[in-house]
Amino acid sequence: MSLDKEAVGRIAHLARLGVDAGEFERYASNLSDILAFVEQLEQVDTEGVAPMAHPLDACQRLRPDEVTESDQRDQFQQIAPRVEAGLYLVPKVIE
Amino acid sequence: MFHKTISELAAGLRKKAYSSEELTHCFLERIERFDGQLNSLITLTAEQALDQARAADRRLSTGAAETLTGIPYLHKDIFCTQGVRTSCGSRMLDNFIAPYDATVSEKLKAAGAVMLGKTNMDEFAMGSSNETSFYGPVKNPWDPERVPGGSSGGSAAAVAARLAPLATGTDTGGSIRQPAALCGVTGIKPTYGRVSRYGMIAFASSLDQAGVFAASAADAAPLLQAMSGFDPRDSTSLERPLENYSAGLEQDLAGLTIGLPKEYFGEGLDAGVAAAVAAAVEEYRRLGAEIRDISLPNAALAVPAYYVVAPAECSSNLSRMDGVRFGYRCDDPRDLEDLYVRSRGEGFGPEVKRRILVGTYALSAGYYDAYYLKAQQVRRLIRDDFVRAFAEVDVILSPTAPAPAFRLGEKAGDPVSMYLSDIYTIAVNLAGLPALSLPAGFVDGLPVGLQLIGNYFAESRLLNVAHRYQQVSDWHRRLPAGFDA
Repeated sequence: MSLDKEAVGRIAHLARLGVDAGEFERYASNLSDILAFVEQLEQVDTEGVAPMAHPLDACQRLRPDEVTESDQRDQFQQIAPRVEAGLYLVPKVIE
Repeated sequence: MFHKTISELAAGLRKKAYSSEELTHCFLERIERFDGQLNSLITLTAEQALDQARAADRRLSTGAAETLTGIPYLHKDIFCTQGVRTSCGSRMLDNFIAPYDATVSEKLKAAGAVMLGKTNMDEFAMGSSNETSFYGPVKNPWDPERVPGGSSGGSAAAVAARLAPLATGTDTGGSIRQPAALCGVTGIKPTYGRVSRYGMIAFASSLDQAGVFAASAADAAPLLQAMSGFDPRDSTSLERPLENYSAGLEQDLAGLTIGLPKEYFGEGLDAGVAAAVAAAVEEYRRLGAEIRDISLPNAALAVPAYYVVAPAECSSNLSRMDGVRFGYRCDDPRDLEDLYVRSRGEGFGPEVKRRILVGTYALSAGYYDAYYLKAQQVRRLIRDDFVRAFAEVDVILSPTAPAPAFRLGEKAGDPVSMYLSDIYTIAVNLAGLPALSLPAGFVDGLPVGLQLIGNYFAESRLLNVAHRYQQVSDWHRRLPAGFDA
């Protein structure tokens, strides 16, 4: 699979990731190399092999539905770029 | 004092031969003297370290001390440390003062260990050379023109130069073992699920595992001990009793079966590395081990499977860095989309962007089955190879890296060639097994690492097998020129 500049642009948009116009070419070439490299996997017969999510096949642990965390909003918001009255500020979303 | 083992240091502290404060001063002075050459630290926490040392001295005098009480260490800058910057080697988190402690940080505080500072690393642990750090590359103390390996390059270089007797690391595809090999120190990555990932900034959650750097296996044991254990705050942490890692160190190796996987000794392996590993195999034979040739038929698929699974998981994990709640935010965003796009575009470096793009592509509509699902199936085949091998042998032995440390910049422009420097370490992460790298000689003045892979939860056995070799070799005691006084 070889990716062109337009494909890199589409993927970067999906990832909400700014890529400079001058870098599209390099990323297209890097990504194509990486995808060509991982394409060896296609040759492997994996018919009937269960995908492996956890090395020891452990399953998700459940806990009682109880509140165990205290409210630390003020502390967590101290490191936020912009907050006001306990809210995170972002540019206006709805006109 | 920097030559001493952890058990010697712990004994010295108890005998009051020196205080933890004096010991801490000794290593802080070494950092001040040498780190300008190495760049192994991102943040020095001298004041806090001296406070912790004085608290440790009080605890030592009450007799309520543990092995690590008063022992200095360096902490990889991927572990959240409350009130201390936790940058993960990235501009994105350059201003991030962690509001809480990772479980590992908490446990080491509780043990009374003294944190000297936070070590340099590849950005978000993505790299094999420490060249992707926002804070600049780390230099290998054995040759400053060469890389220390990565991603835990700062921790490895610092322990090699004895700027600290111990350091933490994390290993997603070899990030402890490969730099340990390239810097000539001992590094162990335990079984997936053994050490809590809570508060350890996530790269690829199904592969990430924390571990330890030390001068020797015997020194690594108490630090790994203090970090390990079940943690309900990590959903993949395993509930299983902890062994005493120091207790089994002296076990005799007679009757031990060591497997040599033929796939790890083929094309691409440096001849000098191969010779050093062969000599170590002979030493193990003399120590009573039985050596057997084995095969891991799917070994060649490990790196390609990894470069689907790891980027896919990273693209998902790093979506939390959005310029809203913490970390870097771009100036004057036009709208919300611009805020996300530019904060991420300006905050992340090129290798992180590459992996986010690969991962986003692999997970995008229509490609999931072809890439991620396929890679997870291949992952099971790789694990099954190990399960079969461990039915025959106790430990698997191989080189850790195909060649000694490469030059700074040598592989920086070619991602795939960089990825192949982890060719012998990656399968272990895909399978979730424990593995260790220990020094096994030199090629042209550069250290060679020997990898020992164990079955699930065989950390004790790995430390034992490494320790017995270190009793009959002195590679691990050699220091790079210029750092030995």
